Amino acid sequence: MSFRLFTRTPRRPFSNPVTERQWTAFKQNKRGYWSLWLFSFLFLTSLCAEFIANDKPLLARYQGETYFPIFVSYPETTFGGVFETETSYRDPFVAELIEEDGWMLWPLIPYSYNTINYNLTTPAPAPPSSDNWLGTDDQGRDVLARVIYGFRLSVLFGLLLTIASSIVGIIVGAIQGYYGGWIDLAGQRFLEVWSSMPTLFLIIILTSFVAPNFWWLLGIMLLFSWMALVDLVRAEFLRGRNFDYVRAARALGVPAPVIMFRHMLPNAMVATLTFMPFILNGGIVTLTSLDFLGFGLPPGSPSLGELLGQGKANLQAPWLGISAFASLSILLTLLIFIGEAIRDAFDPRKFLS
Amino acid sequence: MSTLLSIRNLRICFAGQEKPAVDGVNFALSPGKMHALVGESGSGKSLTALSILRLLPPAAQVKADAIELDGVDVTDWRDEKLRQLRGGRIGMIFQEPLSALNPLHIVEQQVCENILIHQQIDRHKARLRCIALLEKVQLPDPEQIMARYPHQLSGGQRQRVMIAMALANDPALLIADEPTTALDVTVEESILDLLKQLQRDLGLGVLLITHDLGIVGRYAEEVSVMCAGKIVEQGNTAAVLADPQHTYTRHLIDSAPGGTAPTPSNSGTLLRASALSVRFSQRLGWLGKKSHLTAVNNVSLSIRRGQTLGVVGESGSGKSTLAMALLRLIDSRGDISLGDIRLDALRGKQMQPYRARMQIVFQDPWGTLNPRLTIGQIVVEGLEVHRRDLNKTARDARVAAILTEVGLEAEMRHRYPHELSGGQRQRVAIARALILEPELLILDEPTSALDRSVQHQVLELLKALQHRHNLTYIFISHDLRVVRGISHDLIVMRDGCIVENGNTESIFQSPQQPYTQQLIHAAFDETVKY
Repeated sequence: MSFRLFTRTPRRPFSNPVTERQWTAFKQNKRGYWSLWLFSFLFLTSLCAEFIANDKPLLARYQGETYFPIFVSYPETTFGGVFETETSYRDPFVAELIEEDGWMLWPLIPYSYNTINYNLTTPAPAPPSSDNWLGTDDQGRDVLARVIYGFRLSVLFGLLLTIASSIVGIIVGAIQGYYGGWIDLAGQRFLEVWSSMPTLFLIIILTSFVAPNFWWLLGIMLLFSWMALVDLVRAEFLRGRNFDYVRAARALGVPAPVIMFRHMLPNAMVATLTFMPFILNGGIVTLTSLDFLGFGLPPGSPSLGELLGQGKANLQAPWLGISAFASLSILLTLLIFIGEAIRDAFDPRKFLS
Repeated sequence: MSTLLSIRNLRICFAGQEKPAVDGVNFALSPGKMHALVGESGSGKSLTALSILRLLPPAAQVKADAIELDGVDVTDWRDEKLRQLRGGRIGMIFQEPLSALNPLHIVEQQVCENILIHQQIDRHKARLRCIALLEKVQLPDPEQIMARYPHQLSGGQRQRVMIAMALANDPALLIADEPTTALDVTVEESILDLLKQLQRDLGLGVLLITHDLGIVGRYAEEVSVMCAGKIVEQGNTAAVLADPQHTYTRHLIDSAPGGTAPTPSNSGTLLRASALSVRFSQRLGWLGKKSHLTAVNNVSLSIRRGQTLGVVGESGSGKSTLAMALLRLIDSRGDISLGDIRLDALRGKQMQPYRARMQIVFQDPWGTLNPRLTIGQIVVEGLEVHRRDLNKTARDARVAAILTEVGLEAEMRHRYPHELSGGQRQRVAIARALILEPELLILDEPTSALDRSVQHQVLELLKALQHRHNLTYIFISHDLRVVRGISHDLIVMRDGCIVENGNTESIFQSPQQPYTQQLIHAAFDETVKY
């Protein structure tokens, strides 16, 4: 069906007065506005983690030829080594080979999240040094590299979980609110039962059935996180059902999905968007707790929860716990600030006073 | 003669707005007189009244040469002194009694609070005073009323409680801000009669703010006509109404609804409904008893093509529910046929093709348009559903044409609803309904939320459209004057039932039922009560 859900505005594309006003209000909350910029910067930076923290050089020159080890995998024989396997650039022997007849351009942090530093002068976990700015963990891996990759993984996981659970929650809430009656009643009772489950324990039990990877965890957590928005969206739709313009659309014979999407959803989006940063926070915290308890991502994955766990296991190495704590609290605080600013921007009373 | 209230050169400005909202208003009110401030919405009449008690929003800046009460200038009074004035010397009644009363307090608490703040008496005496006050506002059985919450009272009773609260401390001046706008006609009359009687018995000065010249003519001794922040005409009511000097006053008087419907073209029946009933069922808890509310009870009606059927009744009489049932937007029992088609037999999607043939226009011009869509997007929506054969350009051309037809500029389709006035919005709602070229248009109080002069224009537009396209209207309204001006046949509803039906003029000439007589009396009573 070729229904135009959004007709374009000729005068001011991609904006309408309501959105404009809300954006202005959002900008007025300086704390939230700067948090948004800082968070965007951190997130975009962490998306390029491979270029910032990696155990392969960005660029290598050997015998007059240019190599891109970060994109292409070269066997060690290319550089006059012995093995047919991928070059281990951090190996002093290989590094010497290359630098004899060329040079290597290393990223800012020459470690990836799983690179083990074998040149430690002290036994792992090693304290911060000029080599490892935030020290290493108890397996000799660079903490800063793990924090950068862990930040990216947490935020991506949280974002995906938020988007997926919002979509499910909005659809369920919209159907309940729009149709009401028995559908609503049955849905509400199911929600009551489902939401009274002890979520974390169920997730732990479920993850022990499968070998939990990123997607399994996302799916299992989605089972329990989609309910956050249902009640909000349902309430908005129950209210919206009686709006005159919704009635007028029904009288025009506009199909129900279009009415819901075009006329009612924008009203529910206020509540939804307000909640999203908090759902994102919740998702990140749950993932971190699972990792902390050891039921989360597979061993070796860069994870803030696992780092916290190491901090607890190695109290003599405070840089572990402090790094994990600092990065988590900065991330969560920024998200809360953004969430508050969004909530204020959508609050109509803010304009009237 | 002494002056109770005198306002000299009052100006109210809002920060960020060049033009003052109230600009140099002067008037004086004598004790024991009723002075009406009349004007359309946005004319500054409420601001003027609120400025006396300094109840304006904080953004407003008030300047006045003098606001004198009993010869004392109160312009610069603040805090404690002002509080003694509020609810003490000056009582205030608001438009919407449901939102002006605290829903969590019983009547006794609300009235007594007012008494105890201003008078040094004990609770028992305050209670006796409360009973006396409720008797004074003619509430039957005050002891029982006192124990009730606002939602347990009817609109008229609530407004009487509000008046009792305003009278609690023997004020000299009573400010009534559109006291009856939210009430039904029959209730409206009794409330105004009460105000008039109190004014006379207690020697009160009453400042009545209203948009209704009919009320002014019947109740107020003096009148000030306000337009765009200025008083354009002032004086004895009878003199002003009989011989208006200012064009604006004349314009207001001319836009009063009236007249009779144009002669109809005679043709066959378009819509017929018989034994139509709508019941809402409610169940308390899972196993609770089911209770039913019959909103529309056994209503039969038929409408001839090209004519207008008026439906009148007070709020809660089931008028709007009847409209929704006829459009098959809510479930009902009984037969509905449009031409030869039995609409009530159609289920779900089967109804879709017939939706284009019957359309509806709602009351509230602010709620009827989706604020997030442009006017063009709103109007074109029906075509997107029913006329898939048209391409984008053809649809756009139709939108432009229909906007011109309802008296708007075609360029307006790129604007958003909030940029439009109430009358313009209502025209857009009419355009949205008409673009599908329906045969039947249900108008659910289409002009009730509009100012009189705008109301007049919209009614003229509706009449012209009916004439041009041979449209059939169902016109729902609580305003009998408006209905008389447009409808050929009439249905009077009460509590979901039809009380009386027939030809409009014959009902107005000789109403048979007591209820109809009462309604018509309330609407057309021209007796001057002062």
